[in-house]
Amino acid sequence: QKVSVEVLDHLEHLALVDFRDLEGVERLQKAIQFADQLHEVNTDGVEPMDSVLEDRCLYLREDDVTEGNCTKELMENAREKVEEYFVAPPGNIPLPKLEERETFLPGS
Amino acid sequence: AALKDGLRSQVSAALKEGRVTPTELCQRCLALIKSTKFLNAYITVAEETALKQAEESEERYKRGQPLGILDGIPISVKDNFNTAGIETTCASNMLKGYISPYNATVVQKLLDQGAVLLGKTNLDEFAMGSGSTDGVFGPVRNPWSYSKQYKEKSVLKSHSEDEESDWVITGGSSGGSAAAVSSFTCFAALGSDTGGSTRNPAAHCGVVGLKPTYGLISRHGLIPLVNSMDVPGILTRCVDDAAVLLGSLAGHDPKDSTTVQDDFKPFELPNLTDVSKLSIGIPKEYHAPGLSSEILALWSKAADLFKNAGAKVIEVSLPHTRYSIVCYHVLCTAEVASNMARFDGLEYGHRSDMKDSTESMYAATRREGFNDVVRGRILSGNYFLLKQNYEKYFVKAQKVRRLIANDFVKVFRSGVDILLTPTTLSDAAPYTEFIQEDNRTRSAQDDILTQAANMAGLPAINVPTALSERGLPVGLQFIGRSFQEKQLLSVAKWFEKQVQFPVIQLEEVKRHDNGVFQHQKSASFS
Repeated sequence: QKVSVEVLDHLEHLALVDFRDLEGVERLQKAIQFADQLHEVNTDGVEPMDSVLEDRCLYLREDDVTEGNCTKELMENAREKVEEYFVAPPGNIPLPKLEERETFLPGS
Repeated sequence: AALKDGLRSQVSAALKEGRVTPTELCQRCLALIKSTKFLNAYITVAEETALKQAEESEERYKRGQPLGILDGIPISVKDNFNTAGIETTCASNMLKGYISPYNATVVQKLLDQGAVLLGKTNLDEFAMGSGSTDGVFGPVRNPWSYSKQYKEKSVLKSHSEDEESDWVITGGSSGGSAAAVSSFTCFAALGSDTGGSTRNPAAHCGVVGLKPTYGLISRHGLIPLVNSMDVPGILTRCVDDAAVLLGSLAGHDPKDSTTVQDDFKPFELPNLTDVSKLSIGIPKEYHAPGLSSEILALWSKAADLFKNAGAKVIEVSLPHTRYSIVCYHVLCTAEVASNMARFDGLEYGHRSDMKDSTESMYAATRREGFNDVVRGRILSGNYFLLKQNYEKYFVKAQKVRRLIANDFVKVFRSGVDILLTPTTLSDAAPYTEFIQEDNRTRSAQDDILTQAANMAGLPAINVPTALSERGLPVGLQFIGRSFQEKQLLSVAKWFEKQVQFPVIQLEEVKRHDNGVFQHQKSASFS
């Protein structure tokens, strides 16, 4: 089954990257096909594995400040800033809908 | 000291006795980097800082107080490790011009021991790929393309072929590091290994490539791809050197909570003479489709080598091997989708001029900053993480991961000490042939033999074994038990001694190396 345009649009929204062209969409199709092979494996009663170190306790340290005060260094890499703020364009504005967006997907 | 010498055995002594100075070593390497520029192994060469570090090292040697074996030793670092004051690009437009404010822990450890950082090596963009062909700075060329050994075999081909287009790939994604070590421009290099990215180029470039146990070496400062599988990788010209590097890098790091707290004691490798107590496992599933008959034969010969030396060599089974690459594909793209989310242009890296809204700025920045491969993986990852797909793909893959890891546990529990497998399906492909297929297809093909070790978190090492019929390196892989690097490297060292892999014969190196050009025995193994 092919991935629907709705899902493709949804993915572009979630990922904030675009498919760019037909090749990009086909790449996803092939990736899904490839991944479908997983369903050949019987995993009844098998617990998912998050980490190979699951048998060990996570290391906790004392709640002491050991580093910081590096605002100046960290700000140096930002392109747009004001005093100690990173400057972003206005938020709470959703990405344009498919019809209004400049994207490869049909419907735009 | 010749550029070919082993660190512990020869170079260190030469430096202590003053037969060569750190500055001389550094200058020789820098000159060689310049004359091998066509390999495109380096993205950034930190000439000034390297010479300064070399000078400081020289002062220490003069006072008779070197910091250790690595003091004054030129090394290179893959460009996905943060290096303070030096550009770190990950071979991507997204990080072009990004100057790290800090050193990755492994880089800091090397510098603390006096190592001289020559520069940052080339890779596939964000370490995604198996050819080192997909970075924004262009592909890396395998030094063996220019070796006497390869050229001799190519003479038989049609003369009308342009020599320029004949060059072969390094493999990837740590191709720049492998090429740098292989062409003698540094004594050791750091790579990273998520699906085979250190062992694959090591095999194609004829160098030792070590993937340590997950949790042994800190990932702090290594720009992450797959947090549950990434490890820093070590590339050197001999197994002893890999042990030296491991000794200086391993150990708990409070800044990386995935490093284990066990005490790590650096070790010197014994000169094993008796392998009769060893049990070597040959996993039958690693006879994968597409494995070249040449490599199959070498693998078989290697097994016989151990058998004839008295070791127990048995066929074993890792039944879920063929699903490892599929599992990796899902888990990798899912983690990538998450890890790449940090690149939005606000705090560092490329930022688009788009100003309409935060979301559109993020989208434009990522559109401009990432190449097809990266975008493809992000989109696939997001697909597998969709609510309707999460159980079906992501959790399913996590379950399959456990089955793969358990396969290894069972085999090691049955008394096998080390597994012996091929590292790659064939020798290095010509660039023009390699790029006929897309990145995802190639990665799926090329990672097949290396990937499972990352899945299970096990240590694995590529040892250069012999030259192929085309005159190119072929390596074999040893996989060991968790945190048993000493045993793994001891066996690898024994094997290295048996096979006597030939030294690459490069014109450029001959000119720069005023050490005696040792007459090399021909490869006794092929």
